[in-house]
Amino acid sequence: MRSTFRRGEMSLAEPAPLAVTRSGPPRLNVLQRFIAGFKASLPAYLLLLPSLIFLAAFTYGAVGRVIVDALYQRATPRAPSRFVGLDNLVAVLADPAFTGAVINNLLYAVGTVVPSMALAFLFALALSRTNAVTSALRAALFLPVLIPMVAASALFLFIFLPNVGLLDHYIGRLLPVLPNWLGDPDIALVAIMVITIWKNAGYYMLFFLAGLQAVPEDAMEASYLDGAGPWQRLRYIILPELKPTFLFVTVIAGLNAVTQVDHVFVLTQGGPSNATNLVLFYIYEQAVEHYDVGKASAATLLSLGVLMGLTALSFRTLANREGGP
Amino acid sequence: MKLFKDAPLATRDEITPKLGFVLVVLLALVWLIPFLWMVVATLRPPSDGINAMAELMPSLKPTLDNIKDAWDIGDFPRYFLNTTIICTGILLVQFVTVTLAGFAFARLSFAGKSLIFYLFLLQLMLVPVLLIVPNLTLVAKLGLYDTLTGVMMPFFASAFGTFLMRQAFEAIPTELEDAALIDGAGVFARIRHIYVPLSLPSFSAFAIVSVTSHWNDFLWPLMVINSPDKRPLTVGLSVFTKTAEGTQAWGTIAAGTLIVIAPLLVTFLIFQKRFISSFVTSGIK
Repeated sequence: MRSTFRRGEMSLAEPAPLAVTRSGPPRLNVLQRFIAGFKASLPAYLLLLPSLIFLAAFTYGAVGRVIVDALYQRATPRAPSRFVGLDNLVAVLADPAFTGAVINNLLYAVGTVVPSMALAFLFALALSRTNAVTSALRAALFLPVLIPMVAASALFLFIFLPNVGLLDHYIGRLLPVLPNWLGDPDIALVAIMVITIWKNAGYYMLFFLAGLQAVPEDAMEASYLDGAGPWQRLRYIILPELKPTFLFVTVIAGLNAVTQVDHVFVLTQGGPSNATNLVLFYIYEQAVEHYDVGKASAATLLSLGVLMGLTALSFRTLANREGGP
Repeated sequence: MKLFKDAPLATRDEITPKLGFVLVVLLALVWLIPFLWMVVATLRPPSDGINAMAELMPSLKPTLDNIKDAWDIGDFPRYFLNTTIICTGILLVQFVTVTLAGFAFARLSFAGKSLIFYLFLLQLMLVPVLLIVPNLTLVAKLGLYDTLTGVMMPFFASAFGTFLMRQAFEAIPTELEDAALIDGAGVFARIRHIYVPLSLPSFSAFAIVSVTSHWNDFLWPLMVINSPDKRPLTVGLSVFTKTAEGTQAWGTIAAGTLIVIAPLLVTFLIFQKRFISSFVTSGIK
């Protein structure tokens, strides 16, 4: 990403944008040069202004407000807010509901990222050649990506319904006891994971398909000549070649594990007994149901820290991939 | 197998890839089951009884009653209108902001360019979904709580769109612009008559990603919107589902879901290729 940016700077369509005077003692000219530079840059600033206003209000400003809000607390929703320092952070970290949500979210992340990525890779391997049949299969696997998570939840509400639901109707008779998929604290999180995997595997498949297209043709041909079997080709050519794609998809799927939790809102409300309480749901509950903006902000701040680390990693991967997918 | 006719000669006798393919065909069928159930259950008359509800075999007496019920219970035309307003509003403003900013990054040189570039990158890193709490307080302060504008506002600037347009604009030969410069065309005239017409594929890719993601947005509108008549489709559907669940009206829920996702699915099936390539560029949005 960085390299293309530098290139952009070199190929200037605008004539002489920086009118900098090189003569005279530089110290005296600092202000003058700054003004000249600013004047020359003004058209660009004006073009960037609309974007920067909204970014300032809803991104940078939002982060600032999270930091400030995390330092204040109200005794009651109507009481004036007072400075409490790190009390909110301490309270959040000591809140078993929050630590529980973090643990649930970690389980949920591992339990969704790994299977959906493995399935996506399998899909891509099987459907890498393009013909009418593979196109139809790709479309079928991609359909869940398009629909809102809320719609997926409405469908899975019946699929997981005890006794009369789709799952119990067809595979329930194979089990000695019919489980209550969304109502049993030991199973509910897994049920939620299943929905996520169903919804996202087709999306990640696209990245693996794109990655497979980039596997060098001559390496594959050489492997045929050497008599390499399918597993050997996978192990020694395809997997090493797709390593950046795996990293990239891991990051995207990891971010989704934190941000894409609409089905928890619709299906379980974090229950039963907090078994599906995830971090974003915790934040929502603190802010909207308990009116505790201080605690919600402290939890937001902690999650932001973790996610920024994860995205920073993704940009390194992107940069290594020269433009990314 | 006929399907493997175009596979490289050396691999045609291999068993593993064929087994893998069969497995994926089976999985694709499993993937379609929720959709299949949705359609079958929508057309099933309530007289088939609750125990037939899970049957994937279509009913022998198909009916449109469930669709009629869903249409009566949920205010779907209103939800559609609200979602359309939200998506169109966001997209129109985004077109302006990302075109201007993309042009600045692609073609102008200015002091602090790298700094501002990284400020834009920061938006991608900050995961907007997480900023719902501070953004809700800001929207409330601006007097936009419970308005569609409030739902749209945080998305008016898009770093993803800016980078996409920058990339598209950089690919346009400068000679074209030089000719316009000689003719004395201003910045806006050049953007309007040279850059935008030559970047339409990038605009459409961006439009697809932007509209699908905001069409499906749930949590943010749930927080901003309070009045029932301002609900977008996602929030409307979740309320509808809650209501119908209470009466065990599974056929109605299936019908409501079908109503909500049908437009997206039809659009996808028509513009399949374009959707897929746009989504590939959307890894980070």
